[in-house]
Amino acid sequence: MNEKPEKLIDKKGLRLDGRKPDELRPVKIEVGILSNADGSAYIEQGKNKILAAAFGPKEMHPKHLSLPDRMVLRCRYHMAPFSVQERKSPAPSRREVELSKVIREALEPSVFVEYYPRTGVDIFIEVLQADGGTRCASITAASLALADAGIPMRDLVVGCAAGKVDDTVVLDLFDTEDKVGSADVPVALMPNLNAVTLLQMDGILTPEEFEKAVNLAMEGCKTIYTLQKEALKTKYMDVKQEEEVEE
Amino acid sequence: MPTFFEKKQVVTPGEVLAEGDYLAGENTYAEDNKIYASRIGLANCDNKKVNVVALRAFYFPKVGDMVIGTVLEVGFNGWTVDIKAPYTALLRASDVLSRAFKPQNDELSQVLNMGDLIVAKIASYDRAHDPQLTVGEPGLGKITRGQIMKVTPTKIPRVIGRKGSMISVIKQETGCQIILGLNGVILVTGKNPEDEELAMMAIQRIEEESHTSGLTDRITQFLKEEKAKREENKNE
Repeated sequence: MNEKPEKLIDKKGLRLDGRKPDELRPVKIEVGILSNADGSAYIEQGKNKILAAAFGPKEMHPKHLSLPDRMVLRCRYHMAPFSVQERKSPAPSRREVELSKVIREALEPSVFVEYYPRTGVDIFIEVLQADGGTRCASITAASLALADAGIPMRDLVVGCAAGKVDDTVVLDLFDTEDKVGSADVPVALMPNLNAVTLLQMDGILTPEEFEKAVNLAMEGCKTIYTLQKEALKTKYMDVKQEEEVEE
Repeated sequence: MPTFFEKKQVVTPGEVLAEGDYLAGENTYAEDNKIYASRIGLANCDNKKVNVVALRAFYFPKVGDMVIGTVLEVGFNGWTVDIKAPYTALLRASDVLSRAFKPQNDELSQVLNMGDLIVAKIASYDRAHDPQLTVGEPGLGKITRGQIMKVTPTKIPRVIGRKGSMISVIKQETGCQIILGLNGVILVTGKNPEDEELAMMAIQRIEEESHTSGLTDRITQFLKEEKAKREENKNE
């Protein structure tokens, strides 16, 4: 494993990977890449590589889990054994079960679940390579998978984290910063409605730092949101172009 | 009272489409005097009503819809039918037999068996109950011949065309009978497999190019060319 670095931010104020404190990792998003799923998306955020697939809505199986007044979202967050440096057991860990729940609850407010009673939607998130901030990237991808499946939504949900390393509040922590740093604040946002659907914190922050971190994370969300929308539209760009030629 | 999109612009869920005195149409919703899109699609404004023509959607049952389904299971007093919706539909034995159903006399699997395809209408559906089908109208019932093809349910209106222009062109040019299930399943029956093939090719093309304008003319031309080609091959 890597040596624990002494300083996470150098004299110039740059981070270990050369980013400024308020700079995101490069993000690449693709939509609709799995033909067997009803909707799918793939995201690369820095070294993170995550696939998300959505199935449904369909009849809920087993039936007793269905709800008479709304759709049930089921979510599985899973890390591939090869996603981390030391082989991870493929069995769902405590952390993965918790993240599945957290991601589901971050996505649920965006979906019109009350329109489709007694049905279920399954979301599968597969982390192929992890480098910190996978829950946020997973939310971004899963939301796109739902949109790609044609499920009506209030807004796309986008996730981004901020945190504190070496007494500086920074945006979008990567693995080392997450582990060595002193705090991590993941935020998920529905940008057009300005509604927060996920807010967690681990570590210690003063109220001022916390506010600064949340604001920074929300700014990050909005930046990723433009990329997210772009990715969804790109799939249909050829459609639009044909349109222009015609008229 | 502005709108925030150009005609037929691609919009994503959550995009603000209009503000003020507008009505939320298909695939949109209203909140705080604003209209938002709820699906990816092409935005349109029609007389104060903002619509989004969805690019991705699934079939959701509505009373009166004609659908094509597959029999999944022969039950005790009816059948369960897969109609490619989030719910499986039910077809009651008494509806098919058009007389009182007696379990001791009637063997349901002889009327409709697993895997049989049927054309049916949705008789009833509400939030609490699965959709119920009926075949008690002319043209409905078991499918005995023809070919089945599947398209995205959102594209069925495009296959029909404005006031049925598109579908009548295909029917005329190929001499096929075409039944469009609103759940995205299409039945094509013609005098011979070649005609059916041609009609299916045309429908395939509509699905691929469904968002371009002037499609009816192009499909007409396509069908004429294909027919001419086939004539040539025959004469050789």
